[in-house]
Amino acid sequence: MTPEGLAERFKNGLWRDNPGLVQLLGLCPLLAVTATFVNGLGLGIATLAVLMASNALVSATRRWIQPEIRIPIYVLIIASLVTCIELIFKAYFPDLDRRLGIFIPLIVTNCAIVARAEVFASRNTVGSSILDGFVMGTGFALLLMAIGAFRELIGQGSLFSGMDLLFGGDPVRGIVLAESGWLLMVLPPGAFFSLALAIAAKNAIDRRHRDSQTSISRGARPLNR
Amino acid sequence: MADRPIWKSGVTLAIIAAICTSLVALTWQLTAERIETNEKEWLERNLQPVLAGLFFDSLITESMLTIPPPHDLPGSGTAIIYRVYAGEAPAAALFVVSARDGYAGPIRLLIGVAMDGTVTGVRVLEHRETPGLGDRIETAKSDWVLQFDGRSLENPELGKWAIKGDNGAFDQLTGASVTPRAIIKAIKKTLIYFETQGDAIFVAVAEENE
Repeated sequence: MTPEGLAERFKNGLWRDNPGLVQLLGLCPLLAVTATFVNGLGLGIATLAVLMASNALVSATRRWIQPEIRIPIYVLIIASLVTCIELIFKAYFPDLDRRLGIFIPLIVTNCAIVARAEVFASRNTVGSSILDGFVMGTGFALLLMAIGAFRELIGQGSLFSGMDLLFGGDPVRGIVLAESGWLLMVLPPGAFFSLALAIAAKNAIDRRHRDSQTSISRGARPLNR
Repeated sequence: MADRPIWKSGVTLAIIAAICTSLVALTWQLTAERIETNEKEWLERNLQPVLAGLFFDSLITESMLTIPPPHDLPGSGTAIIYRVYAGEAPAAALFVVSARDGYAGPIRLLIGVAMDGTVTGVRVLEHRETPGLGDRIETAKSDWVLQFDGRSLENPELGKWAIKGDNGAFDQLTGASVTPRAIIKAIKKTLIYFETQGDAIFVAVAEENE
């Protein structure tokens, strides 16, 4: 693959086709666990791992999968991978596992994973599918982290608290900017607000980008709105 | 002719199911030991607050007793009892039991009972209750579970071991009534077990687990 092609793939996964921001897939975990940065990071890593592994397995077995039984097979593959990831989390990050609780097993229902299996992995080579899983998973994980950081900052007045859940060591309070925050942001409505803001910001950036490009091609100054 | 693809699909599905199952089995084998150690460590950390205000000097996890089913404790699986001593004298018993009728699967509970039959503390070890509603049984989320401290079968009397909505003595959780009911029932059952069979716990006739 050419470097340009690679860059294009990353641009797609991280921005143009971001599973969370644009395809709006996997909203259940996205909205439910992103109360803090470390939760977002933890679930992001777990989803990324499952997505890469499931893409690899689906792609490797694609020759033997008849179209009519592909969905049960995807579900089977994804469910076993998620169980493996859950066991690994329980063994190595027990506190984080306790915090994410049900949302680790619920990765099974993250439709971003089935969607990538169906749209991409079932038609492409193993290497290409793993890359796709990595790019899409990273896009999803970055969004989880961004929303987690935003909600934590406004809701609790801190950033990166509880990083010890992932990396061990003493309890980390993180960067504390204020002793308390706007509690609503940590509660479920805050998740919807944050996601809406993120989508709105993305659309605004895209529009500005498009506007400036069209005005350059016309040789005119950007319109003042 | 028409049934051949179905037969073939079945075989493919079976083969992939076998591969996936062995993958999970392998991961389980590799992590089982570590998970158990983690659970124990976490338990030891969480055993202390359940014994608040009680003097004891024995290592709690060393006095474990496993009660295989069938037994009169809540839950259908194996129940665990930790015996707590102050010197030679028994001070309390800690029960790890599961309330089977939680809203989303069993709720694993740690219940401390002092020798006089009063609850020294209750903690939820594991649950799958709804985040934001039923998960307020965790001490990290609310103080709900602390209301059982110091209670016994006489305080309140047996008929009052229920949430207020059911004419009982205990606070409920808004939006979640199945969860508190399950927990109260489990504590009550544990206290009854302690009252009727409590002496046997400290006589080492039961299967000892080292």
